[in-house]
Amino acid sequence: MTPLDERSRQLRRDIVRTLAAGGRGHLGAALSLVEILRVLYDDVLRVDPLRPDWPERDRFLLSKGHGCLALYVLLAEKGFFDRGELERFCHVDGLLGGHPEVCVPGIEASTGSLGHGLSIGLGFALAARLRSESWRTFVVLGDGESNEGSVWEAAMAAGKHGVDALTVLIDDNKLQSYGPTAEVQSMEPVAEKWRAFGFAPTEVDGHDVEALRSTFAELPFERGRPSAIVCHTVKGKGIARCEHEPTWHHKSRLAPTVIDELLEELG
Amino acid sequence: MRWTSLNMVHELARQDERIVFLGSDLGPGTLDAMKAELPERFFMEGVAEANLIGMAAGLALEGFIPYVNTIATFLTRRAFDQIVVDACLHNAPIRLIGNGGGLVYAPLGPTHQAIEDIAILRALPNMTIVAPCDADEMRRLMPLTVDHPGPIYIRLAKGHDPVVSDPNVPFAIGRGLTRRHGDDALVVTTGITLGLALEAADQLSKDGIEIEILHLPTVKPLDVEALLAVMRRVPRVVTVEEHTIIGGLGSAVAEVIAEEGIACRLVRLGIPDVFAERYGSQRALLDDFGISVQGIIEAVASGRQA
Repeated sequence: MTPLDERSRQLRRDIVRTLAAGGRGHLGAALSLVEILRVLYDDVLRVDPLRPDWPERDRFLLSKGHGCLALYVLLAEKGFFDRGELERFCHVDGLLGGHPEVCVPGIEASTGSLGHGLSIGLGFALAARLRSESWRTFVVLGDGESNEGSVWEAAMAAGKHGVDALTVLIDDNKLQSYGPTAEVQSMEPVAEKWRAFGFAPTEVDGHDVEALRSTFAELPFERGRPSAIVCHTVKGKGIARCEHEPTWHHKSRLAPTVIDELLEELG
Repeated sequence: MRWTSLNMVHELARQDERIVFLGSDLGPGTLDAMKAELPERFFMEGVAEANLIGMAAGLALEGFIPYVNTIATFLTRRAFDQIVVDACLHNAPIRLIGNGGGLVYAPLGPTHQAIEDIAILRALPNMTIVAPCDADEMRRLMPLTVDHPGPIYIRLAKGHDPVVSDPNVPFAIGRGLTRRHGDDALVVTTGITLGLALEAADQLSKDGIEIEILHLPTVKPLDVEALLAVMRRVPRVVTVEEHTIIGGLGSAVAEVIAEEGIACRLVRLGIPDVFAERYGSQRALLDDFGISVQGIIEAVASGRQA
């Protein structure tokens, strides 16, 4: 069990507060993503919050768009938009909805229908190659999302095109909506599947900040191949009652007392 | 028409480095000249239409103008969610070129017949739908697609269709083209049905019946003004389309008639709510469904008897 540092707990508190403000949200799916996104935005992605359309920026796509609570708190913290927007999550006049939209600074494409992000990311990577530009593309998929056939259509094509500026990260939190992926639709062996489709894969503890950093530092893992990082994570990570618990995939109308308990547990 | 369209992609790509071509396992030799001259902007992908549209959207969001080609049924049905989300929601300038709109693939059976492509795409915000009547009209259309905002669906006919378009009638996306004046009925066409209407008009004229023909190569956005200008003065409107009568040109015209409270009878010629149960030729199936010169004559003449 990887212990969470104060920054990881702070981001989770922001996620819980944002969910409370919106009255709903995909909590478990956001909590498994926190360290992946934190390391990406702290240490890896070349982005400029003041110039979200900066042409040389790295492109990031949250293909599992329902995990957007984790992304929103990081984008707000980095200054892509005012933190006050978190308090208006899912409000009728708010900027931020239950799935990411391109109108939000820092969001490259609207996602939410699963299995779209990797194809779009492949298009991005091909665009960079066509223009001989050096920016990179990162796409985060869910393990449940990987049930979608379109993910493997995209994987097949990315392998063929050998775009090594493209990295796919799988938030392998072992749970999908109904229950354990092992029971609903196992994707094992995950890394081997990506290898078979032409990617250079590796596996990492998706909550271990140092391990994630050193893994990203090795990109691309092989010249001429896209990279795949299977991030072993825990759905609901950081809050005991949410961990490994499919009923916390999405929650709405949580009582204020429950919100307080969740925040208390996160210190 | 298909080769005119694809060869023009190559021609336009020579002049504009934003243009890329994506195909889904098309026939051997397709756009070989472009592949040889501009290999980096020629993508022949596998039989994977969902990825094809998503990839095209990624390229489009980065400033490219992708022209995507495969058989219309697969382009629209197989990748519908990608068309909705990746193309239309992002208002991405993707050009979808669908082979074999309507009953072109008659001998291949219903899996290959794009009978509802216009209906399903018409429901999508930001989508433009164009069905040219012949290769010449396609030639006039293609240069206009480059800088047109948002996604466009270009519906191809069989190929080697008789040239019936008039080079003297200026072509613009979204504009109806008046091809004949008359007061006895308005016949509205899209795609190859213009040719049928022109022939029907000649025959009807011999019997003293004069029809107005409004050709709508663009089904969406609909040229409502052009329709209204005629519909207010004729007793009968006949729409002719190589498409199910549900949701296509006839439905679009019906919506205008109903909402504007126009007092005219409407006859929708098209494919009834069935899948084709026979093979044979495109023309034979069109005749079966009354999408024919005779069908138009009867639809117009029955109005006069009523």
